[in-house]
Amino acid sequence: MERIVVLGGGVGGTLAANLLARRLRRQIGAGEVELTLIDEGGEHVYQPGFMYIAMGGERAERLHRPERSLLNDRIKLVIARAKRIDHAARQVEVEGGQSIGYDWLIIATGARALPDEIPHFTEEAHHFYGADAAARLRAALDAFDGGRIVIGIAGMPYKCPPAPLEVTFLIESELRQRRLRDRSEIHFCSPIGRAFTIESVSEMATPIMEEKGIELHTFFNVEAIDPERRVVQSLEGEELPYDLLILVPPHRGAQVVIDSGLAPPSGWLPTDLHTLEVRGTERVFAIGDATDLPLSKAGSTAHFEAPVAVERIVAAIEGRPPSAKGSYTGKVMCFFEVGDGKGTLLQFDYDHPPRPPRPGRIWHLGKVVFNRVYWHTVPQGRV
Amino acid sequence: MQTLETPVTRVVDARGSYCPGPLMELIRAIREGSAGDVIAVYSSDNGSRIDIPKWVEKAGHRLVAIEKRDGYDEIVVEQLR
Repeated sequence: MERIVVLGGGVGGTLAANLLARRLRRQIGAGEVELTLIDEGGEHVYQPGFMYIAMGGERAERLHRPERSLLNDRIKLVIARAKRIDHAARQVEVEGGQSIGYDWLIIATGARALPDEIPHFTEEAHHFYGADAAARLRAALDAFDGGRIVIGIAGMPYKCPPAPLEVTFLIESELRQRRLRDRSEIHFCSPIGRAFTIESVSEMATPIMEEKGIELHTFFNVEAIDPERRVVQSLEGEELPYDLLILVPPHRGAQVVIDSGLAPPSGWLPTDLHTLEVRGTERVFAIGDATDLPLSKAGSTAHFEAPVAVERIVAAIEGRPPSAKGSYTGKVMCFFEVGDGKGTLLQFDYDHPPRPPRPGRIWHLGKVVFNRVYWHTVPQGRV
Repeated sequence: MQTLETPVTRVVDARGSYCPGPLMELIRAIREGSAGDVIAVYSSDNGSRIDIPKWVEKAGHRLVAIEKRDGYDEIVVEQLR
């Protein structure tokens, strides 16, 4: 009996489990393979929707569904918090004392946003990395009647790299519609020497920022917030006053992989670029935000990685070498909002940087449609 | 390479990491370090030769040296504050 455990019921984990269930249908039916997914809360959350709670239109209740409802019936679902992965014993220990053994493990434990790592973040700054936080930001934007908005990044890497730029463009667009733009300044702080990590995206976004009067501050790594003077300070020694402060919180990988000695304190699992195996282990794969790969932490990345880990496991169980589908090329594809009902598309891999098309309505609508059809397509492996 | 006055006190091996990975690794080392530390960053990403000196200037530290090694660059930075 081959025991496969998928840890985490996000985009990557759910898709991987469903693909395994389909491809190993016969072996599971014959009792030769057992497939288990462990998820802490038992709810599948569509995280890209959080930004749209803050930017209007989206409701938190539409962004989660029971994990069971998305899983193939052949998958056993265990709802419990994983405390430790004991790789020597090949088992996952979950809260309540149960241990679940594995021969193959896919770690899809995601990333955590940790605003409390910056003192005064919770009282002074807003973010959109959770439904409640995004709703608070929406309320703050509703109450905003002009002033200085500062948008920055308090640690890299973080989930959905384009999101802070998208939020900047969407807020600028909203302020114009509300006739508040003349009374407002918008400052965007980038931790690196340009607006965005990927050069071609930076070249696309920077002229839009100039055109919209958004002030770009490069090499501004958020270090501290002074709540009395209402200024945000950078590691580089600069400070910016704010009336409304929006920061991407510091992110880390899951505590369980740190506690299990599989990842350093950052929590990002050392992962092979192509096989997605966790370095220093055997038969353990990492997908999605959990990895240390030099790629976007985004659902799209997990979406394209899951079939790779699945092919490698299925091939081994079937006693053959993995096909080309078992080697990850770094493929990522995501929509990028630029405001005013327009968007563009970022599609790239390890060897090919994105060449975003001219922003247009079609890409914005593409994102809107994708957000709706997600539930019926991605987790089941239909796209 | 570095003189006797600036012996390297910490090595950050960011080889295999892509832009802005090596810069972010340096920033992490600076956050953890203190004035007087001399950090050698190993980077195989060509962008680091441009990004890191620009950041060092802006952040008020001192670029000690950039040396071409076998398949990577060694960029040495003295932390001044």
